[in-house]
Amino acid sequence: MYHKEKSIQVKNSASALYNNLGVLRIAPRHLTYFTVVHANVVNMVSASWDGLNYSHRQLQSKEPNVATSTSLIMQAAFCPLPSRDLLVVTSQKGIQMYESDGSIMVYWHALDTPETPTAQAVFARGISAVRESYICVGVSSGAILVFDVPIKGSNITLSEVLKEHKESITDIAPECSGQPGMECIADLVSADDGGNLYVDCIILWKGTVVAGYGTGQIHLYEAVTGILHAEINAHARWIYSLDIAPFSGLLLSAAEDSLVRVWHLTMTPETNSVEVAHLHNECVTDTQICGAKFCDGDGYAFAVTGYDLSEIIRYTQS
Amino acid sequence: MSSRTLPLLFINLGGEMLYILDQRLRAQNIPADKAKKVMNDIITTMFNKKFLEELFKPQELYSKKALRTVFDRLAHASIMRLNQASMDKLYDLMTMAFKYQVLLCPRPKDILLISFNHMDAIKDFVKDTPSILSQVDETYQQLIEMYTTLCSGEFQLIRQTLLIFFQDMHIRVSIFLKDKVQNSNGRFVLPTSGPVPYGTQVPGLIRMFSCTGEEVTRLQFNNGGNYTAALREGSFEIFRDRVTKLGTNMYSVSRPVETHMSGTSKNSAQHTKVNTAPNPLAKEELNLLAKLMGGLEVPKSGNADNVDNIVFQDQQVNAELAKIMGEFTESGEQSPSSSSKGDDLLAMMDGL
Repeated sequence: MYHKEKSIQVKNSASALYNNLGVLRIAPRHLTYFTVVHANVVNMVSASWDGLNYSHRQLQSKEPNVATSTSLIMQAAFCPLPSRDLLVVTSQKGIQMYESDGSIMVYWHALDTPETPTAQAVFARGISAVRESYICVGVSSGAILVFDVPIKGSNITLSEVLKEHKESITDIAPECSGQPGMECIADLVSADDGGNLYVDCIILWKGTVVAGYGTGQIHLYEAVTGILHAEINAHARWIYSLDIAPFSGLLLSAAEDSLVRVWHLTMTPETNSVEVAHLHNECVTDTQICGAKFCDGDGYAFAVTGYDLSEIIRYTQS
Repeated sequence: MSSRTLPLLFINLGGEMLYILDQRLRAQNIPADKAKKVMNDIITTMFNKKFLEELFKPQELYSKKALRTVFDRLAHASIMRLNQASMDKLYDLMTMAFKYQVLLCPRPKDILLISFNHMDAIKDFVKDTPSILSQVDETYQQLIEMYTTLCSGEFQLIRQTLLIFFQDMHIRVSIFLKDKVQNSNGRFVLPTSGPVPYGTQVPGLIRMFSCTGEEVTRLQFNNGGNYTAALREGSFEIFRDRVTKLGTNMYSVSRPVETHMSGTSKNSAQHTKVNTAPNPLAKEELNLLAKLMGGLEVPKSGNADNVDNIVFQDQQVNAELAKIMGEFTESGEQSPSSSSKGDDLLAMMDGL
């Protein structure tokens, strides 16, 4: 169903972090941006679609002052909004927002970090663009910070703090049905550290929550009622990444077990049912996968990163 | 990332170091009482109360350089002396072994089981010395207190912190290459077969439900591997079966253990390639720990030996160990090695 393409070489290897691959498709310029986190650095690659041009850039985590130790980055993700695309980078010290090509940092939000380290780690993790003009970021305290983003410029403000969770946020996802004008009942789904079943990846699509667990299972729930639609014994190890191609309903899951799996979700609104079918496996030998994303809304191509690998592996439909 | 990682890093690396030193002492036929003294001295230093108090405080991981210095001091806490090349080799073996264990560990929580495997073995090394044994037991309690209540998400964060620490280390270790758990490019083999972790199901089943919760369909799919059901869970208590073999002494079977040092230069460059920005805080930590460890004398317990005898004994052991372990001078400084001496040392350490 898919075959492997030429990999993109990255300056550093990928760190073992959830969702450690950002992808942004810039159709008008025939480019795709990729981001991979390595410790305190974000490696950005801009790849032209004809495969001929690659340019690289590195972004560092921001330090509030020189005396403190290096801040590790937890996640880097693109937030596509109707008016602009931003790149959001979360770390132990705070949240940085850049223009999507990484050229300018437009906003910095510092987290409250205590003078001496506490047992509870402090960091931000879980990034999502929501609705027209918001970016939500999760924090280790369990709060979700909601930032208001203007159409252009750097006048980004923290507009709200949601405090529903008590445990560290692991992932946040927006409703991404890909259908403009569709009435959304739920805007955002968030997952946390608590409980015996540990959710670390989450997606919201057409009113269905897709959750990836540390046990390797994937569950599909109806967002509003919480009814379980499907349960998949998907992976033999911790799931690190979930992605959906909103136009085709293809689902991508990747785990520490070296496997990337492609599934197909079908919604039947009349019967309020969701069906899942397994389509394809790719094994990245001897690699714990930490990021997997579709490169386009139909799921025609996807890209994968793995711990200790200095490349972005790409697959395209045959 | 996690501020609870350092104790686990230290104890597991320390455990691996003891396994290697124990194997070397036995392989070189060092007299049992002297070998025991070396091991006891190092273990006593490792579990020094003040040192552990400092270690267990919530804090970021030390830099690679700082941690290496701690282990340099630890390795020299006894009468044994190692030269630079030997210490490098020892440290490479220790770190690759623990990296392997962290990577292969089925569930993040199993890192604690691996730590307990190391602790169990250390207890066995000092089982005849009650004073040190009680130090080790106390540390056991501290580990249980601090870690058994953590949820799996917090363990995964600890594991991720450790993996960042070990990132890009691909030193080839002979025992791993022989056992085919490491490839010739230095990367570990991650099998897609064998038992799944405790709490995980074998992949391959899709279940779909109606709105009322009844199972409507079951579908099987090809999981691309060869998995079997999970084994029973290992125990987190003091005297129990851990189930996992990760963290047990892989040198205890009598077979030659060597490391391939090709690619070393690249890797030692990586060892020294640390964040060179001046970091006053890290330096302070380093000084404190170095003081704690450097300032520790081998406790002169109330035995009948007078000072002269101990010195004499030390000199004897020193001479023997010097022959085997490498360079040694009276003052404990490391003299520069000539090329032929270097070969001897490498040949000697090839026994590892």
